[in-house]
Amino acid sequence: MVPLVAVGSAPLDLAALTTAVLTGSVPADAAAAQGTGDGAIASFAGLVRDHNLGRRVRFLEYEAYEPLAIRAMERIVEEARAAWPSARIGLHHRTGRLEIGEASIIIVAASAHRGDAFAACRYAIERVKQIVPIWKREHFEGGDVWLEGAVADPDDTAARQKAYKIACA
Amino acid sequence: MRVTVRFFARLRDLAGTGELVRDVAGPATVQTVWTSLVSEMPSLGEYEKAMSVAVNAEYARMAAPLREGDEVAFLPPVSGG
Repeated sequence: MVPLVAVGSAPLDLAALTTAVLTGSVPADAAAAQGTGDGAIASFAGLVRDHNLGRRVRFLEYEAYEPLAIRAMERIVEEARAAWPSARIGLHHRTGRLEIGEASIIIVAASAHRGDAFAACRYAIERVKQIVPIWKREHFEGGDVWLEGAVADPDDTAARQKAYKIACA
Repeated sequence: MRVTVRFFARLRDLAGTGELVRDVAGPATVQTVWTSLVSEMPSLGEYEKAMSVAVNAEYARMAAPLREGDEVAFLPPVSGG
């Protein structure tokens, strides 16, 4: 059975994650368990791009603190459920070496209506970038560099609010 | 007491290892371990104001107390997605 939250080196499978979210290992209600209450699926895939900040990217290397990454992603699932009770999400993040064009992350949100599905999906990727302990090392033509974004702090309510605002924009 | 220290991403590069074991005099906090590591490896110091820490794979604060056998992780700003 495909888990709703996962971190690993295997290529990501959007169709399998979509099925997992629709069939729901933790259904919000009986209708959702049968898949009949869902009216919308929104999905997001993050891809390895061939350029960044003027550099020609060769490939990316992702590293995770896996047990904490899983917990942080489960936290995001719970936050999304609290904000959009009709929505359920699943997210998988890949680690290791990824070539140009490959997916590093996939997110699927299912809901009764499209608004909540889009919002929950967007919220999830914004929160991943804030609190999930995963790092990418960019290998470009001429060198390599660890990219660094947000200082992860799940209790930072301002960051959480920012993700929520972006999701609802 | 003995604790396991984990480093990730650029902190791992700076430390030259992803994992090491340290004996610290109790009672110790995450800060105690960090201060000792920075005196040993000064280049780590640049992350003092821009990192997260975890104890036993749960986010924690620098003031968090440590117990024998704990795993302390030092995490640079994240860049997943």
